[in-house]
Amino acid sequence: MKRPRVADYPLVALALLLSAFGIAMVYSAGQTDVPTIVAGMWKRQLIWLGVGVLAAYFASRASSRLLDWMATPVFVGTCIVLLLLLFIGTGSGPAARTRSWLAIGGVKLGQPAELAKIAVVLMLAKVFAARKEAPKSLLDLWQPALVVGVPWLFIMAQPDLGTGLVFIGIFFAMLFWSGASWQLLVLVASPALSLVLAFGTPQLWGAWFLLFFALVLWYKPYVAEGVFIVVMNVVMGVVAPVAWEKLDPFQQRRFLAFLDPSADPQRAGYQLLQSQVAIGSGGWLGKGFTEGTQKRLAFLPERHTDFIFPVVGEELGFLGVTIALALFLVLFLRSVRVAARATHPFASLVAFGLVSIWFVHVLVNVGMTMNLMPIAGIPLPFFSYGGSFMLACWIAVGIEGRLSVEGRGKADMLAI
Amino acid sequence: MNFQPNEVQRRARIASALLFLTFLFLAGSFFRTQILQHARYVLRSEFNRLREVPIPAARGIVYDRHGAIIAENIPGYTVSLFSPGPDSLREALRRLAGTIALPDDQIDAVVRRFRRNQNRPAVIFDDAPFTVVSVLEEHRVEFPGLIIQPTPKRFYPDGPVVAALSGYTGEINESELDSRTFAGYKPGQQVGKSGVEREYESRLHGREGVRFVEVDSRGRVVREAGARQDLPPVSAPPLHTNVDLDLQRFIVGLFGDSLVGGAVALEPGSGAVLALHSAPSFDPNRFIGSIPVDYWRALNSDPRKPLYNKALQGKYPPGSTWKLATAVIALETKVATLDDRMSVPCMGGYQYGNRWFRCHKKEGHGSLTLAQAIEQSCDAYFYQLGLKIGLTNLVAGGVSLGAGARTEIDLPSEMRSDFPTVPATAYFNRVAGPRGWSQGGEALNLAIGQGRNAQTVLNMARFYTALATDGAAARPRVARGPPVRERLFRLDSAQLAGLRAALAGVVSRGTAAASRIEGLLLAGKTGTAQNAQDPARDHAWFVGFAPANDPKIVVAVMLEFGGHGTRAARIASKIIAHYLKAAPRQLLSTEGDG
Repeated sequence: MKRPRVADYPLVALALLLSAFGIAMVYSAGQTDVPTIVAGMWKRQLIWLGVGVLAAYFASRASSRLLDWMATPVFVGTCIVLLLLLFIGTGSGPAARTRSWLAIGGVKLGQPAELAKIAVVLMLAKVFAARKEAPKSLLDLWQPALVVGVPWLFIMAQPDLGTGLVFIGIFFAMLFWSGASWQLLVLVASPALSLVLAFGTPQLWGAWFLLFFALVLWYKPYVAEGVFIVVMNVVMGVVAPVAWEKLDPFQQRRFLAFLDPSADPQRAGYQLLQSQVAIGSGGWLGKGFTEGTQKRLAFLPERHTDFIFPVVGEELGFLGVTIALALFLVLFLRSVRVAARATHPFASLVAFGLVSIWFVHVLVNVGMTMNLMPIAGIPLPFFSYGGSFMLACWIAVGIEGRLSVEGRGKADMLAI
Repeated sequence: MNFQPNEVQRRARIASALLFLTFLFLAGSFFRTQILQHARYVLRSEFNRLREVPIPAARGIVYDRHGAIIAENIPGYTVSLFSPGPDSLREALRRLAGTIALPDDQIDAVVRRFRRNQNRPAVIFDDAPFTVVSVLEEHRVEFPGLIIQPTPKRFYPDGPVVAALSGYTGEINESELDSRTFAGYKPGQQVGKSGVEREYESRLHGREGVRFVEVDSRGRVVREAGARQDLPPVSAPPLHTNVDLDLQRFIVGLFGDSLVGGAVALEPGSGAVLALHSAPSFDPNRFIGSIPVDYWRALNSDPRKPLYNKALQGKYPPGSTWKLATAVIALETKVATLDDRMSVPCMGGYQYGNRWFRCHKKEGHGSLTLAQAIEQSCDAYFYQLGLKIGLTNLVAGGVSLGAGARTEIDLPSEMRSDFPTVPATAYFNRVAGPRGWSQGGEALNLAIGQGRNAQTVLNMARFYTALATDGAAARPRVARGPPVRERLFRLDSAQLAGLRAALAGVVSRGTAAASRIEGLLLAGKTGTAQNAQDPARDHAWFVGFAPANDPKIVVAVMLEFGGHGTRAARIASKIIAHYLKAAPRQLLSTEGDG
């Protein structure tokens, strides 16, 4: 069979543009008045980009059938690594207390959790694709739940709240793509919603519970399932305060800082405040590339990793932010199109799962810098400094590109 | 998975729409923060990065009446330190103490000052010696928050000579910061502490400038200049005073190191303060920046109280210099004329009730007119005159002459002179108890300037400006300005001329004859005032003016425990002669005085 094209060039071009933009910002993040180790990081990030592009090329050589075949061993291997990590993992930087890094002989190799996201997408795709129907009941979801749940538990044990959040995002995105009805999505999400609501105002949780109960009666799941999900909601609503006590103090502080950043500006909320000051002081066109004072004078924390987007906002202004967001949007729309053009369910689910990884990262990271999301500590794809994640993102680009080539019809992102 | 093509397309549409909406929402929130709330965040980011380094303005130069400099500014250095908080400041100061001498109590003081205004650098040295500045310049890299700021420093070329007038400046203290007078002042600023510096603080202060330096998140100074347009300081305009610096120097020279007391020279018509001295003096230059501890201790432990202004704050029984007040009251109330004689001639004293009140001249003056009694300072005459006037009128008259008031000179911390208040009966009942006094006894004492009467040197000088002119006294003024005159008494010109002639007689024939000046008609009155602190040593007074027929200068001299008034008269006559450029002729004869 003759393949019409060797690669989805626009998709690769978008990813390259974003990466170039990102490395330029890592360079800028290093340009501070009092030089730090960050000054030279853009070079290492450039090397990681090279490694990523190479990995993407190899990933694009793998057909969707090969991926299907590889999914199970890759997933199992990933789970084993994540489990091992709980015993041999080390911390790094601001998250020195966690065990998210794989190091051999003291040399830090990377964060397996980043690659685990792709493994989970492949495995979920395999599980969802195995059924011809969309999942209709909770019972139908035991396999996917297991696929996400096992690595999720390992990740949360590190602990790495941010990555855990991404896993949940992937799960819901792929559940949606498999054709599940919105009612089912709400039912599945309801215990987590109960948990979050019970944190804040118990009255709100009460209102939510009544609404949710009406939904259960309307959707008419199996009686056992209905009882189960209702009980889960009650448990979560009551368990919430207990769970709160179990959280690490620094996690509690982060959560509280999200709720009210100005409450303790010198500590946790300080980051959020400085991030908003950086973004807000950028205006239309920004203070100029490398000229951001919030960044230059080190008021902006984590400016080369989690808080790199405020550097864009401060130095390139609303224009730069809009360009960055537009590039992401175009990349995502084109990737959704890849999922829609796929010739078989597995390929379609993988394509959608991969874009959901990126989307959750962008939404949570960018939202965090604007105080719309809690500080979850997850990187911005193609921008944040970090080798493992750059590699993971480009592997995803490679797979996405291959699936695009395998797909039918025109690849135009807006031709929906 | 439901892989029906239509279903997949539908889901793709939903996903794309959700993506669109999400990014629209994100872009919208960025628009709000970056465009709509831009101004707020710009302000915030500027506040983050810019720190103000105050640039003190040069204080106004103080000139005397001929343009000679009383107070000026010379270059100095302020050393201060930026810090994000008191704790890190303390830590930085400890490190600094390894390089330069910085005692613990000074560190505490710096931190305490810094707590009041953390956005300004903490001042470590108001006036750093050059050695400290050069050491710090060498180690600058180790102390990133260090600011060495050239600062105009106050300097008094004549030092101790002008201290009683000029006062001195110093760093604003905590209670001043809390006071309304210094609203808007900030810690670390130099303010006038006494004298002209304090009185004209608002005029002499100038407007502080601001230099903006850029700091990073740890408070380290990253850029010293050009971070933002500086606001240059505005120097204060000069202050022209009425002081005659040459005369002031001459007076201080007369006092030397040995005499203790106060002297005031006024221009009678305008009230211009030509000179004002309090001996011993202090060196105001040593107060600039921080006062050396040993110097401060020495000043405070000196029994002669150098910091106590003996011309403005010291209150002394006026003695015989007060007899002019008694005479004025008598003339004004028409109890006596200048030619009236008392019923009992002076026989070395006066018998009142069962008590013998002595006159200073044991052999007695005999029968005298009022003019002669002034000339001879006859106590016996004035005892009787006091009785004739009566205590009520003596007190009321004294009060209207300003005996119990301030002169309202334009210098701070002037004391109110002590004098009974009206109504006299109520006053004496209050201070002495209803049975502790008698009308006659108090009247006798008040009439000769003893009793419950203690005047500042300045207030006596002021009273004599009224004698030297038309009965109106000008408010003493250090700074140039229009005279403010207040009528103290009403006498016709013949009476005034008579009083002045009598005062001239004091110097030409009477008690101060030793202080005669060749070719100059000098008028004045000596006083030898008994005091409670040391009955053996009287205060010596002389208050007078010259030329007697057309007074150009009024001088009051008071020597603390100086003995006889003639000593003060000799000094006063030299002052007047110097001012009027005439040479005093010393005569050998001296006479007694009361």
